[in-house]
Amino acid sequence: MGNKQTIFTDEQLDAYQDCTFFTRKEILRLHSRYHELAPHLVPMDYTNEPDCKLPLALIVDMPELKENPFRNRIVESFSEDGMGNLSFNEFVDMFSVLSEMAPRELKAIYAFKIYDYNVDNYLCKEDLEKTLNKLTKEELTPEEVELVCEKAIEEADLDGDNKLSYADFENMITRAPDFLSTFHIRI
Amino acid sequence: MEDDSVFFIGDRGRITNNPLLDQLPSYQSLLYRRKSSSIKSKGSSKGRMSISGRLNTERRKSQMEQRAIKELPLPMAEKRIHKDQRTEERKYLISCRQWKAGARRYMKRLTDDAHTFLSSMKLWRSDIHQIEGMFGTGILSYFSFLRFLVALNLIIFLVMFCFVMLPMIIDPNPRRNVTYNEHQGNVCGTYPSITRKILINYHEHILDLLSGEGILERTYLLYGFYKSDEIRFPMFTYKLPLAYLLATLGYLLLSLLWIVKRSAEGFKRHLIKDEDRFQSFCNKIFAGWDFCITSESAAKQKRNSLLYELKTDLEDERIKQKMADRTRKDKCRIYFLRVILNMFVIGVLAVCFFCIYAATTFSQKAENRNKKVNFIVDLIHEYLPSIVITLANFITPLLFSVIINFEDYSPAFEIRFTLMRCVFMRLTSIAVLLFSLWSQLKQCGTDPCGNQKLCSCWETRVGQEMYKLTIFDFIIILSVTLFVEFPRKMLVHFCKCPLAKMWGLQEFSIPQNVLEIVYGQTICWIGTFYCPMLPAICTIKYFCIFYIKKLSLIKNCRPATRPFRASSSHFFFLGVLLIGLILACLPISISLAQLKPSQACGPFSNYNTSWEALPAAVEALPQNAKNFINLLGSETFAVSFFVVTCLAMFYVIALAGAHKKVINQLREKLVMEGQDKRFLIQKLCQAQNVPVVKSTPRLHSPSRRSPSYHTSFSSNYNDAVVLAHSPPRSSTHV
Repeated sequence: MGNKQTIFTDEQLDAYQDCTFFTRKEILRLHSRYHELAPHLVPMDYTNEPDCKLPLALIVDMPELKENPFRNRIVESFSEDGMGNLSFNEFVDMFSVLSEMAPRELKAIYAFKIYDYNVDNYLCKEDLEKTLNKLTKEELTPEEVELVCEKAIEEADLDGDNKLSYADFENMITRAPDFLSTFHIRI
Repeated sequence: MEDDSVFFIGDRGRITNNPLLDQLPSYQSLLYRRKSSSIKSKGSSKGRMSISGRLNTERRKSQMEQRAIKELPLPMAEKRIHKDQRTEERKYLISCRQWKAGARRYMKRLTDDAHTFLSSMKLWRSDIHQIEGMFGTGILSYFSFLRFLVALNLIIFLVMFCFVMLPMIIDPNPRRNVTYNEHQGNVCGTYPSITRKILINYHEHILDLLSGEGILERTYLLYGFYKSDEIRFPMFTYKLPLAYLLATLGYLLLSLLWIVKRSAEGFKRHLIKDEDRFQSFCNKIFAGWDFCITSESAAKQKRNSLLYELKTDLEDERIKQKMADRTRKDKCRIYFLRVILNMFVIGVLAVCFFCIYAATTFSQKAENRNKKVNFIVDLIHEYLPSIVITLANFITPLLFSVIINFEDYSPAFEIRFTLMRCVFMRLTSIAVLLFSLWSQLKQCGTDPCGNQKLCSCWETRVGQEMYKLTIFDFIIILSVTLFVEFPRKMLVHFCKCPLAKMWGLQEFSIPQNVLEIVYGQTICWIGTFYCPMLPAICTIKYFCIFYIKKLSLIKNCRPATRPFRASSSHFFFLGVLLIGLILACLPISISLAQLKPSQACGPFSNYNTSWEALPAAVEALPQNAKNFINLLGSETFAVSFFVVTCLAMFYVIALAGAHKKVINQLREKLVMEGQDKRFLIQKLCQAQNVPVVKSTPRLHSPSRRSPSYHTSFSSNYNDAVVLAHSPPRSSTHV
């Protein structure tokens, strides 16, 4: 219907449709959003898979991410170099995981990565404190922060090592009824 | 000896994970993607991969294959590689399996496209998106509930229209002048003056429109218009009374099924939640922030509400502690106080109900007098029950929220208890109205001329009352938004006095708003039997309410300081709606089964009770069908059905109990696995003699035995030595 688009080949769109939770139309829309962020850097023709990455500063300026306290961590955990530079593939990946259709398990995996600030595969007390401070913009007193983090670890820690491993986190997420409805971005 | 050697000093003196932990399958699934480093690590780990490691990757691979590609937690490049691999593999399948796989993929894509198309057709999609971005998911749930009610009312109206109104509209031989014979069965001398005048006053038109009387009485709007004979079509005869009865039962059943289906999903999630370890803090930290929020003001509000929630939770903990420290004397005093206050609440409710009863009786008597005093006074007389109900529903929540402060419950319970009281108040006021109408109806048996309008065609009167309630409810919602919230906002914005600032904008309280619309829906359910066009009116009403509330939310209100969580709200809305439905079924079933339909009007004028239409129709069926239906209605069938249902219920309860037990066992096993893992790593590190560093002290000592592993451990000892190498350079860290 309409002009045949020349941004992607049919195989590429097929691959995107299989590998993400988006339809062809949405992929094209995502590409136009990606292009809008840096019209000079992002080519309109993706048929030969150009290697173009946008820096963190541009991505976190998007209206969908601008008000999110975890925007830096979100972009970092989807970037390959860990510094937040996203190629289009990673951009689509990010919004695919955060879309409504992604299942809980997939979201839990990435949520764990996002909240793990020191990247040690555990959510230790410092990670939790940083998360809480980002959430409340440091309006809780340090004693309150410590108390809340202690209680959170107490609630979710199963193996008693005073920090949350992925198993603890996933178990806690299955019992958190709000997770699916809050951990999603509409684009 | 008991060093926690899970951590050790790596290459550049940094504390890293034990490399053994990196090779665990559970960790492999969480690998961070570093394209360059992954290639490096692939190369370096190739040599290190032992047999057991290779087996692990193969097992993981087969597991991953079963899942859809889009659900794999891998970067896009690896997913595409996976996809290519799968297509390659599929080429080697037998042709029919290949076709099946291809067909499955095509169907899946078709269903995905269909879903996208259907969801793009949903009503108000962009409006709800905008609200979600500005206010988060709590308030969003209210608006999607409203959308659900619009759809429900539309479907109910379609049911009534197709089965009741349409046959009458397309009736090939209508006999209008016979349908509404108010003189039939009338033993009184005087007739109610419903005769048409030549010149109808403009005021009377408006009054009629607002109260459902006069010109509206003889339209499809009210019960009295429908006739009791069969409609003769060329092909068949259509029994209107039977259709009317079945349509009523049909719409009640349809509503029940739809609500239950909608709440089933929320209930499943509710059951998974473990009641003992309610994790309020974790939920707030990890699932508290709404990722959908896009506006700055909404983000600030969300932050404030999260802050408020956390502080309240900390306060809750303190109060719990205080409650645990209560002495016996304190407890007695508090219980005594609670009893007194509850009796006071019951007293208030009794007063309200009596007022409603008195108002209804007065309103009926005033209408019967037939003296048109004044337009305004007449209107007030008509609407007196509605006015009293609305006033009661307005004052009592304020009263309850004041009383609950003295009863000294925990804050969470306070909110729930106040809500329960308000629900009870709202829904019972309708019941009281109906009860007062019924008590008047009983008097018809002894004194039919005292209240002629009621006794000659009481279903129409009830229909008119429900119609008036609906219209009045809508007018009130509109007026409150225009004449209360809007001036308040003007006052707060333009008035400089500190009192106005303290008073603040109107709070958009979700529970009260939900109760409002559930109240309207209950009236609709009860009223549809007496006023078949009521669902259509309610659809339009809720349609308008959506825009009114949206405007009010954006312009006039601020969201409540104590926010309503989306998950529990889903359950709450549908729970209250279900209570409303059950309450609506009661009057309808009583009137169907017990009350004598009026002889002057309506489809059931030939029967002793409305329900009789069904047995009468069954009598007309052929013998086999009659026997079958008699069997369904007999006691044997009912008892055996009941027994079978009970058995099924017991089975499901036993199954649920067994599952719960298994979940607990698995949870304990998870704890043990974690400890086993640490213990084993420690032993391996000792065997490797790598430099260790003390980490934070553990809570449990790993001196527990893990007997199941001893034998396997000794046999894998050689593997352990093989695996003990220097840590990889950059598997996790830059």
